[in-house]
Amino acid sequence: MTDAVLGGTAVPSVRNRRDRDGAVLPVLTVLAVLLAVWYVAAVWLNAPQVTEKLNRGGTDWGVSELVAGTWAMERPVLPAPHQVAVELYDSVFGRPVTSKRSLVYHAQVTLSATVAGFALGLALGVLLAIGIVHVTVLDRSLMPWIIASQTIPILAIAPMIVVVLGNLGFTGLLPKAIISGYLSFFPIAIGMVKGLRSPDPLQLDLMRTYSATDAQTFAKLRWPSSMSFLFPSLKVAIALSLVGAIVAELPTGAQAGLGARLLAGSYYGQTIQIWAALFMSAFLAVAAVGAVGLVERLLTHLRGGRL
Amino acid sequence: MAPVQAVLEGSAPAAATGAQRAPVVEARDLSLIFQTPDAPVTALSDINLTIRRGDFVSLIGPSGCGKTTLMRVVADLARQTSGTLLVNGGSAEQARLDRAYGYVFQAPALYPWRSIERNIMLPLEIMGMSKAERRERAARYLDLVGLKGFERKFPWQLSGGMQQRVSIARALSFEPALLLMDEPFGALDEITRDNLNVHLLRLWEKTGITVIFVTHSIPEAVFLSSKIVVMSPRPGRILEVIDSDLPTDRDLDARETPEFLEIAHRVRVALRAGHSYD
Repeated sequence: MTDAVLGGTAVPSVRNRRDRDGAVLPVLTVLAVLLAVWYVAAVWLNAPQVTEKLNRGGTDWGVSELVAGTWAMERPVLPAPHQVAVELYDSVFGRPVTSKRSLVYHAQVTLSATVAGFALGLALGVLLAIGIVHVTVLDRSLMPWIIASQTIPILAIAPMIVVVLGNLGFTGLLPKAIISGYLSFFPIAIGMVKGLRSPDPLQLDLMRTYSATDAQTFAKLRWPSSMSFLFPSLKVAIALSLVGAIVAELPTGAQAGLGARLLAGSYYGQTIQIWAALFMSAFLAVAAVGAVGLVERLLTHLRGGRL
Repeated sequence: MAPVQAVLEGSAPAAATGAQRAPVVEARDLSLIFQTPDAPVTALSDINLTIRRGDFVSLIGPSGCGKTTLMRVVADLARQTSGTLLVNGGSAEQARLDRAYGYVFQAPALYPWRSIERNIMLPLEIMGMSKAERRERAARYLDLVGLKGFERKFPWQLSGGMQQRVSIARALSFEPALLLMDEPFGALDEITRDNLNVHLLRLWEKTGITVIFVTHSIPEAVFLSSKIVVMSPRPGRILEVIDSDLPTDRDLDARETPEFLEIAHRVRVALRAGHSYD
């Protein structure tokens, strides 16, 4: 009996420790495998060019020269991981953040469009959801259009938005924010419709017995109930906002932003620069989703540990 | 339904003194028919019932006899298809708008994102009470249901019985004169249930509140009630109204007295009569 009790109390801490150890090792293993595959792929993809160059050089060369060559090209088909890492480090820490060659500068341009687009998407998504939940006509008439809106490829519609808004005199942040919001409102609207409808009949009856107004029922029941649906949607939405912002920077011939950096890189065959920008946007996405997660944790804490 | 009427207004001493008290709920030929895809279902048929101020009325009967539906009609959560219903002399809707009753559901229906204190404050917020008043009342009614010190806890940190006590405190917090309780202890274990029954009885005694209580436990109905309404399904109707005159300061031991057993027996016979219709 005593053993059982001791064992019982000991279980949580043991499991926690195992969870932590257990998380690190697989992640590192996967990372190591990915890096290995990447290095091999770099050799394989870059070999034809390097071989040609070495042959032209006239001197004898072996496998080690070939491998070293494929991992150190200026414009490789696939840059080696350390090349990307060096480029990333240089363009983040090596240059003043106001420089057009600084990735921090470009990331900040894209991030502001992402945040603006996310705010637009959040406002639109929540407003649509409130309308749909409270007005039957809106439920019938809007829902098909909301779904249809997402079947149009963003790459097709983004240039149109940029051109139309450009003609109206709107350039810079606004077109990017609108395209970003166009992508991000969808998961928010869908999540919120479900969330605002999530109170069970009993909880709604309770409000009715207090003869609460619709506004009170919304503020004290529907809105708080929807939070556990809102946050998963927000995480999807902010990642989509970033994608939208980057896509919006492609057709504008934008001078700044990660999208512009990607486009410039591909014009000039600067593959290392493209990969560095790709990683920068990945880090940005992780940070953005992490920020939403942080707000979620704060709210969960305020609600006594459960959202 | 004439015989039921006779019993209602009739002979028992409690009813005789009760006649002086103002009616809180008056149902006359009340019927409710649900339209379902295959056939209409008569949930309530010709209900005639008078509940007076200070009564503790139990509605007892098997599942599907319309006891919850009847209570929902009183609460204006459902509407009758025919007949009249007066609550405090007006319509049920008016009573709801006046916040004349507190409703305790089968499940606690606490809002999980609110602390216990804020759950009790919910109706008070909706009714626009000041923060100080809300605080004071939450503390008072938490104390009344024996949960002082649980203000900052959240619903999931409490047992089922404690949660149900919170929901009772919440219903009492705005001091309605009528308390509607729909099998509030149905999901609880017997020990907790007994305990809460005693609590409820003391509360009723102290406050003089009118209570309508849905249950399918005969001992619970007899222990708590001044009037037991026996109902039967298909169609949902009142079979008999039994007055009980157990001493008001009864405790759980009262359940072994001959008086108690006699009333319980009458309820059981009436319920059995209902089943013979099947």
